Amino acid sequence: MKKFKENFSERVFLLLALSALSVLALITVFIFTKGIPLIAKVGVVNFIFGMKWSPSQGSYGIFPMIVGTISVTLGAAIIGIPIAICCSIFLAEFAPATLRNIFRPAIQLLAGIPSVVYGFWGVLFIVPMIRNYLGGPGLSILAGSIILAIMILPTIISITEVTILALPRHYKDGALALGLTHWQTIRHLLLPAAKSGIVAAIILGLGRAVGETMAVIMVVGNAVALPETILDPVRTMTTNIGIEMGYASGEHQQALFATGIVLFIIIMIMNATAQYITRKK
Amino acid sequence: MRIDAQTSQKIAKTLIWTAALFVIVVLFSIIIYILIKGIPMISWQFLTEIPRNMGRSGGISSSIVGTLLVTAVAVIVATPFGIGTAIYLTEYTREGRVTRIIRFSAESLAGIPSIVYGLFGFIFFVIYLKMGWSILSGGLTMAIMILPTIIRTSEEAIRTVPNLYREVGFSLGATKWQAITKTVLPSALPGIVNGVILSIGRCVAETAAVMLTAGSTLRMPISLLSPTRTMAVHFYILAREGISMENAYGTAALLIILILLINVGFNMLVNRFVSKGR
Repeated sequence: MKKFKENFSERVFLLLALSALSVLALITVFIFTKGIPLIAKVGVVNFIFGMKWSPSQGSYGIFPMIVGTISVTLGAAIIGIPIAICCSIFLAEFAPATLRNIFRPAIQLLAGIPSVVYGFWGVLFIVPMIRNYLGGPGLSILAGSIILAIMILPTIISITEVTILALPRHYKDGALALGLTHWQTIRHLLLPAAKSGIVAAIILGLGRAVGETMAVIMVVGNAVALPETILDPVRTMTTNIGIEMGYASGEHQQALFATGIVLFIIIMIMNATAQYITRKK
Repeated sequence: MRIDAQTSQKIAKTLIWTAALFVIVVLFSIIIYILIKGIPMISWQFLTEIPRNMGRSGGISSSIVGTLLVTAVAVIVATPFGIGTAIYLTEYTREGRVTRIIRFSAESLAGIPSIVYGLFGFIFFVIYLKMGWSILSGGLTMAIMILPTIIRTSEEAIRTVPNLYREVGFSLGATKWQAITKTVLPSALPGIVNGVILSIGRCVAETAAVMLTAGSTLRMPISLLSPTRTMAVHFYILAREGISMENAYGTAALLIILILLINVGFNMLVNRFVSKGR
């Protein structure tokens, strides 16, 4: 009886443990089955590189949205990464204990704020500021980039900080003993040693930027057109789904799932890369 | 011109301090602005009345109930799966192909965008399983979203339980099952609870996935199969369609207060756990 109970419990735990895998498989199967027929009908090249998105006329080209996603993500990277790295160095190396005890929960809180609240804040402050000082409609790539830069901070900061703190203590002691300044030690020793962790952190952070929907919907303007400057409005792949899922049906709905497939593939590649880099160490 | 070591250290330090302070200022400006604008809107009526006239007047009671129910479904469903997975990964296997696949799946789930979860929840729960837009569809979709968080935090918590605990159990003749339920889980409990609290925060804050799966009705839900509009979705619709800025601020402030409380609870537990461990 005891033996039976042991075996039984092991089976149950294995079954529970397979839940993550089965759910991942289910997600893949259902999204692909719904979206693939449309991609097959339109053609992969026409779908991905098509310039015209007009569901009422049956044209489904998502190239402007791919450009939109890439441009807001790049913008977020340029603004967000330096700030995030500085913050993680601050937490790991410079912050006095009291400040660290405020800063760390604050970063965690930043991760907990609903994305719609970020979007709302962007509409109230960032968008008018861009409109008044830089011109254009305000709803723009730049506005999306700024909001996303703030939103990816917690991911990058927490992973980078953990990586820096995990470095062996004697690295730093040795460098300081040789007479290097604290900053030289960080720059020439700690950061290079933590490189793979930082790269993984950045990829995961940018993955969040690519996948973010609600905050972006509110600040990028959502126009389906190729942007010329960073002050132009764009539509991203996520916002395309978020805006049109509410009323889409038939082929149009399939096209949104097809957009989801492209998004899903991009994210899975980014995730796998980040996981690979972390494992390799 | 070469900058000497001391000067470059000064420049770097200034930049790093500036970046850190900047982030804190941004965070507080968001929170304080929403709270100042929103708290005056929160009243007893706001909390207990049903939204009227598309949310222009009345309160948000149905959205509060909807949010709580969606979160409850998600946590109740995801927690056993998450803890079970963590127990399997830590107690029943050694590292190998199976654990690698399970970890890869969990980490991949953690990276999938919420809008993709929304698409999946819509096609699977709402359409395929015929649950319709409902609290159940929304809750189950959220359960999948928070599963990786619960797996990771539970695994970390279980790993910190000293091996000695298990060995003493076994030497007293306990079976693996007894060792797990009587010693390992109780000592890992604070860590596991932290994971659950974090997940509650995510459920309350989520918008995209819930919008596509739970619907946007303002009526008070009568069962788990009723559609609902969670607070985050309600806030989004009020703000985006310019229906009522007052009620949008009020809803946002209530969301922020909830998130703050959840975070404070989380930190109190972490601190208690840490001081108990010493």
